[in-house]
Amino acid sequence: MTPDTDRCDRLSLTWRDPPGWWGFLTTVDHKRIAARYIVTVLLLLFLAGMLALDMRWQLSWAENTRMGPQLYNESFSLHGSTMLFLVSVPAMEAMALWLVPLMLGQRNMAFPRLGAFSYWLYLGGVLTLWVAHALDVTPDLGWFEYPPLSGPSYAPGHRADIWAQMITFTEVAALCASVNVAATILKMRPPGMTLARMPVFLWAMLIASLMTILSMPAIMLVTSMLIADRLVSTHFFAPAANGDVLLFQHLFWFFGHPEVYIIFIPATGFVSSIVETFARRRLFGHHVLVLAILAIGCLAFGLWVHHMFAVGLPRLGNDFYTAASMAIAVPAGLQIFCWIATMVTGRMWLATPMLWVLGFVATFVLGGLSGVMTASAALDLQLTDSYFVVAHFHYVLVGGAMFPLFGAFSYWYPKATGRLMSERWGRTAFMLIVGGFNLGFAPMHLLGLMGMPRRVYTYPAGMGWDGLNQIASLGSAIAVAGGLVFVANALLSYWRGERAGADPWGASTLEWAGESPSPPWNFAYTPVVDSLTPLWDAPTLRVMDGVAIERREVIVTSVVDAAPLYRQKSAEPSIWPFVAALAVTAMFLGSIFTPWAIAAGALPIAAALTGWFWPQRGRARTGPLRVRS
Amino acid sequence: MKARFTIVCLLLSGCAGVQSALDPGGDQARALFSLFTLMMWVCGFVYAVVAAGLGWALWRAWRRRGADARADGSVTHGTDGRLPRLMPLAVGAIVLPLTVLITASFFADRALFATRAQPALEVRVTGHQWWWRVQYRDPSSGGWIETANELHLPQGQTVRLVLGAADVIHSFWVPNVAGKLDMIPGRTNVLDVTARRPGWFRGQCAEFCGLQHAHMALSVKVESPAAFRAWLAAQAAPAAAASGRGAAVFATACAACHAIRGAGAEGRAGPDLTHVVSRRTLAAGTLTMTRGNLQGWIAQPQAIKPGTSMPAIPLDPADADAVASYLMALR
Repeated sequence: MTPDTDRCDRLSLTWRDPPGWWGFLTTVDHKRIAARYIVTVLLLLFLAGMLALDMRWQLSWAENTRMGPQLYNESFSLHGSTMLFLVSVPAMEAMALWLVPLMLGQRNMAFPRLGAFSYWLYLGGVLTLWVAHALDVTPDLGWFEYPPLSGPSYAPGHRADIWAQMITFTEVAALCASVNVAATILKMRPPGMTLARMPVFLWAMLIASLMTILSMPAIMLVTSMLIADRLVSTHFFAPAANGDVLLFQHLFWFFGHPEVYIIFIPATGFVSSIVETFARRRLFGHHVLVLAILAIGCLAFGLWVHHMFAVGLPRLGNDFYTAASMAIAVPAGLQIFCWIATMVTGRMWLATPMLWVLGFVATFVLGGLSGVMTASAALDLQLTDSYFVVAHFHYVLVGGAMFPLFGAFSYWYPKATGRLMSERWGRTAFMLIVGGFNLGFAPMHLLGLMGMPRRVYTYPAGMGWDGLNQIASLGSAIAVAGGLVFVANALLSYWRGERAGADPWGASTLEWAGESPSPPWNFAYTPVVDSLTPLWDAPTLRVMDGVAIERREVIVTSVVDAAPLYRQKSAEPSIWPFVAALAVTAMFLGSIFTPWAIAAGALPIAAALTGWFWPQRGRARTGPLRVRS
Repeated sequence: MKARFTIVCLLLSGCAGVQSALDPGGDQARALFSLFTLMMWVCGFVYAVVAAGLGWALWRAWRRRGADARADGSVTHGTDGRLPRLMPLAVGAIVLPLTVLITASFFADRALFATRAQPALEVRVTGHQWWWRVQYRDPSSGGWIETANELHLPQGQTVRLVLGAADVIHSFWVPNVAGKLDMIPGRTNVLDVTARRPGWFRGQCAEFCGLQHAHMALSVKVESPAAFRAWLAAQAAPAAAASGRGAAVFATACAACHAIRGAGAEGRAGPDLTHVVSRRTLAAGTLTMTRGNLQGWIAQPQAIKPGTSMPAIPLDPADADAVASYLMALR
């Protein structure tokens, strides 16, 4: 049903943001917030990439004196912390924030102001880490700073506290984003989109959100315990006072392992969407894909000890974790099987997003296989803490998350901007990045087996490691060049790209139903869904009317069957998320220096939350909903 | 691609090294290398299957290239018809290699601990920031024979390494001999090693332990049991009683941290120096043992290994010469 201009004008009045800076600070438009996340993530990706190049230059020659130990230790700590806490997870959150309402035919998320709040808090975490770096208080003990090295005796000053508190910022932001995404997916699906008709992408985002909610408390707990040890002389991790340093490792990795699957599972959602579109057939084994994601989500919580195989835990326990860690290859392998089966039995065509999927399969599977090697508790005693495991986790993170992200970015770019990215430059960027990455990280497998430990700022001459290190540096530089080409393509295409219609790729899911770029209200009518591939199954999409136009409103549906339940007023632009984030930031930063900040900081937070939740709206209205085709 | 690494490695012949897991010189390293070889074959095969699948998809797309290779709104109505037959095959194709590898891993793990029931020579290795304290039991007196940064192992005999840490977490790793095991303050870990090939190997700390983690290396000598006993006896002998200007400088400037058995110096903060010049390297593998390096290290430890616990003690040139001469006699 084509909406008339009068309807669109009225929707525009209801859903537009206030103008200027005030609009910037108060917007609750999920697309604008997601765009902010993406821009911040790309900037941090660039900074982390520069750190990586710096380290690679340092390691290209034995006994290189360009970087001293302090600077190098800061570099790998900043690189790891930025990539894992400030880039990978937020990038997935951003894609969810942007795409979930669009794929559900909705006008906004379940909790619009919470989405804004999660971005401001994430930005607080970014600034905590990077302003600290500018002020030369950079954390320098790695991205998982083990005590006692990070304890009060061996890490004086505030570097470790800044690291721990940065994590608190990002974890609260992630929890907020995850609650938002999970509630939206479970309770705000379009009528007819039962769980059985829900696209794999939404399953992936749902499971990743639930995993976040279950795993984040562990790391918030453990970093708070570390700060307590450092600030108020508790002895959680002090062996001399009957504390246990292994407690830190268990709690950290209980979060840390699910974290990497929280990063990987959304990527499987991207790949599923792209494969379906570019194979031009419904995904082969949809149920298998969904069950595989569920299985990975559950299994991921039972593997964390494989990060501790060299710690000296009882051998039988280690064997259990070996079996569990290898077992997770079953659902992952079945996913690869289903995607390849879809490609083979479909009519695949190779635009840039599909190239990224191919790069993902080729690279991630390699990382998964080196993961099978490190999963062996015995063999891991040679591989862990060496360049072999550095190669492994870069293969799975870059191949398994970054490549799908690049593909997703190319794929949904026309929906976000109304223009297509250049195919030619897209192919160039793809070849430089995938080729450069493999050239850079494949040699590291060998370096690790040849005895090079990780986190070393230099190595002696005569070990035979120089040549491989130089190849690794060359490959990394090529990959970074490709990254720059990718970003340049994105920027230039914004103004000069070929204009895209609503559905340039011929895709099947609801986000492609509205115009490109999506207007602030996303859809003029509520889609009604009859299958997994709504845009493919009928000459026109069935829609329904009844959600208000004069005020912000969304439709809430039941969890399993997506039967419409009621209309819910959707939050207007508000300054309170920003104010609350400022208050929380003040408390978090203050508690680096004094425990009293927690008491003092609670007051502004209470004030901000009072403002946020101040009742302003009437009760939800119920009334008849009409189906119009 | 993985299997190709072994070939590349053999071609580069850089894997035959003194700190290489690909060049096993001990029972434990050999068991792990066998497991690694099996893994390479199995994983290589699996990767080839996945690559073939991708290749098949690409080939079918290549055959259809041209008019069909763009979005034209048409869709293939594929079904899941073959799924019930293919799924058990797919699951089996993944579960079977994994079962093989899990079983092989279990057996390799058992092999690493096979010697635990038997008695073995016990050596205590304690990790410090950024050096290794190595202690052997003196069979005659029952006391400790202490050295630092160098470990000697009798060829063909199992040595039980009792690993501890004095400050932060370190990790003991001599890849040619065995896998690594962490050294954790508040815990004791035990690693059995059975070295077979004589010669010098290099180990390195494998858990980030602070500023100079990169310069915490260990020299390991594997020698015949007779040579080992001779070495141990020489290490057990105390140094000559202190006399001369060098000894006097040492007593004032160095004895607070360093011990020389027999000369009255009993400092425990730094490495034992009773037979320092018998060792191959200085500062945990950072410098070779020469008089020039020794004197340079004493004069400017922070320049060579920034952040090291050893402060720069200002000595006038005559004193510096004297103490260096004194130490050079401690073989």
